[in-house]
Amino acid sequence: METAYLIETVIKIVVILLIFSALAGIGTYFERKVLAFMQRRLGPTNVGPFGLLQVAADGIKLFTKEDIVPSGVVGRIFKFAPVITAATAFMAAAAIPFLPSFTLFGYEVHPIVADINIGILYILGIMGIGLYGPLLGGMASANKFALLSAARGAAVFISYEVITGLSILAPIMMVGSLSLIDFNNYQIDNGWIMFAQPVAFVLFWIAAFAETGRTPFHLIANDHEIIDGFGTEYSGMRWGLFFIGEYANMFFISFVISLIFLGGYGDGSLLGALGFLAKVAFFFFFFLWTRAAWPDVRPDQLMWLCWKVLMPIAVINIIITGIVMM
Amino acid sequence: MNNEQLNDRNVSDGYFLVDIEDYPTDGWGKFKRVIKRTFRGELFVGLWVVLREMIRFDTHTIKYPEEKMPIGPRYRAVHEMKRLWESDAERCIGCGLCEKICISNCIRIDTRLDENSRKEVSEYTINLGRCIFCGYCAEVCPELAITHGGEYENASDQREHFVDYAGMLTPLDKMKAGTQVEFEGFGAITPHEDERVKKTPLAY
Ligand code: SF4
Ligand code: SF4
Repeated sequence: METAYLIETVIKIVVILLIFSALAGIGTYFERKVLAFMQRRLGPTNVGPFGLLQVAADGIKLFTKEDIVPSGVVGRIFKFAPVITAATAFMAAAAIPFLPSFTLFGYEVHPIVADINIGILYILGIMGIGLYGPLLGGMASANKFALLSAARGAAVFISYEVITGLSILAPIMMVGSLSLIDFNNYQIDNGWIMFAQPVAFVLFWIAAFAETGRTPFHLIANDHEIIDGFGTEYSGMRWGLFFIGEYANMFFISFVISLIFLGGYGDGSLLGALGFLAKVAFFFFFFLWTRAAWPDVRPDQLMWLCWKVLMPIAVINIIITGIVMM
Repeated sequence: MNNEQLNDRNVSDGYFLVDIEDYPTDGWGKFKRVIKRTFRGELFVGLWVVLREMIRFDTHTIKYPEEKMPIGPRYRAVHEMKRLWESDAERCIGCGLCEKICISNCIRIDTRLDENSRKEVSEYTINLGRCIFCGYCAEVCPELAITHGGEYENASDQREHFVDYAGMLTPLDKMKAGTQVEFEGFGAITPHEDERVKKTPLAY
């Protein structure tokens, strides 16, 4: 029993790592294509059919590029920071059920690494740690723009975490569990939480944008400075780790939103599983969509939004939920 | 014509000043503005616009080496030397005006008398490493001899190598085929020039 469980878990971890590393790469392809179409361009076209092999070309480039550690940086932290971003993104995936359980060769597979009873808390906590990547990387870079970017990262950090936590409190009160599988099963009987908690849904969605650092909250690595914020001094695969972390995060947060608010994979049928993937795909697409459509906000605007607008709404939402449940 | 007419910039009746609201100063005004902006749905307009463009798939990309944009006839790329339509002889009379006017001093021209005691260009070079493609030489040339061409795809170790005098001259077979193209840009005669000529209201 013990060994079988161990082997199964290791296999799951490897599969998730492989699939989502690849997805992060393909995610960049989709981002470039979708953004290009929305901006009336073509995107990558030359490498492979429809430019599909662009991902491979980029991967080869990232892996073989010289890894420069500039003089003046705080060496150990500089080298470690990208690992935080990528590792925490994948660690958060441990508590996410990616599909309903299915039977493979007469063996029941639960596509979740560990169904821990504090699932959401764990995911949010680990994703919160992920922000230390940009923060430490920027501070250790000995570069003024990277430092500013790290400062913005801190500003983002103290803003959105409140909203994430508070907005998800109301659904947690309704479900009475922190496990994402319980969330999913609750919604089989009671309908999607999105309809019961529309405010919490929107708030969490907004916070997810800040969490993943995507436009309109793409202010940590501020594109308008033309350089890559905290990633300015990074090169090669270290920079690639930041990238993989960001895209893996986007995928995982899409899974989490779909699970918490949109009924997840439902009763576990094939249709439910496909619907689940469709929901995740929509949320991922929405990340790209907003990037093409919306401008960025300033850090002070984000703090204003989170502290003065969203937090009161979240608190009121919790109070009302509590009164209704009583 | 009096000055009022000249100073009136409202060339059509469709012009109006944009109505910009005053910036709110008190808290209530700011609150109202936030509410208004939040629920006006402008964010969704933005989303719709980009989605519409994606669905239309009306891309404007030109895949450059395979596809090329037509360039305007007035485009000022590497120079050309035109020939006379009648005799296929070079139009340049060696007056040296282009050398004189060139603001980057990159034209070098030398002339000599040929056997018939006519002036002939013995040396004509343009240092394209210094040329800024301003078009003054084409504008000043009294014979419409030196003009700009449309050839912008040049590659060489040095820009000076892009073209020499023999290369600038319209090839003779092109003249035979009658396919020399007149330059429409700087220095060219505007079409319908005759109709536009006005009398100068001065007594010389
Ligand atoms: S285009 Fe201007 S700079 Fe170039 S040769 Fe003619 S006059 Fe000189
Ligand atoms: S201005 Fe024209 S005619 Fe005179 S030297 Fe230059 S090219 Fe020849």
